[in-house]
Amino acid sequence: MAGPDVAWYVAVAAALFGIGALGVLIRRNTLVVLLSLELMLNAGNLALIALSRHFHNGAGQIFALAVMAVAASEVCVGLGLVVALNRRELSLDVDTLSELKG
Amino acid sequence: MILASAGNVVVWMVWIVAAFSCLGSGVAVISFSNPFFSALALIGNLASLAVMYLLLNAEFVAAAQVLVYAGAVVVMFLFVIAYVGPRRETPWSGGPSWQTAGAVAAAGALLVEIVVAVGMQANGSLHSDGKVGPAFGTPAWIGRVFLVDHLLAFEITSVVLLIAAVGGVVLGSHTRRATV
Repeated sequence: MAGPDVAWYVAVAAALFGIGALGVLIRRNTLVVLLSLELMLNAGNLALIALSRHFHNGAGQIFALAVMAVAASEVCVGLGLVVALNRRELSLDVDTLSELKG
Repeated sequence: MILASAGNVVVWMVWIVAAFSCLGSGVAVISFSNPFFSALALIGNLASLAVMYLLLNAEFVAAAQVLVYAGAVVVMFLFVIAYVGPRRETPWSGGPSWQTAGAVAAAGALLVEIVVAVGMQANGSLHSDGKVGPAFGTPAWIGRVFLVDHLLAFEITSVVLLIAAVGGVVLGSHTRRATV
């Protein structure tokens, strides 16, 4: 690979993870919190693929694909919850959603 | 040699553009007040990540990223955002300011922790030697690794996806009517 070292990719992944964590912490809209979770999962994927390339080991890419499937599952369930909350005319603000009791 | 160094410069330039658009669209995702624009910014983030995957010889994962994320996940997000209607919320307002300051401090501490942990573990050994087989990352190679070496993970992934799909249908179905 002519180009940046793996360390640069890992640095970008760390920064992206920090951005996603900040989004989860400062945003109140459930949908944006889910989008920020996607950012964190993608940061993990980038680190996995960069290190898979570094160690010439395919397991990292397989793990990244599994992470993608888990992220799709998480979005499916999360958006199902959002739709259920919206149908009950509850707020989508995570500060006011303080109890799980239906 | 000159050609090789020119290719090197091109790879660096592509990487810099991809990295900056990745981080910039990441910031855009968490800072738009309208979640619709956040979801659109996520597409830019995913596309620039796919470019970086291509630079890392992960062609199949890059294609799967664009198909699965930009093609399915973001579309699902856009549908749900359109379904629940516009709910504007500015990122830096609402709630006490100590919460915001604490959130920024916690995210910064997490970032520092990652950098320190990775740096101590790697200890300066994260240099690429540039040699990788021509088959690395191709769909045929991924398929062989996935379906021969990691078959159990593949099957468990399919079960997880099925359970999540059923859960999404149950959560979104009409039978659980509001009682509150």
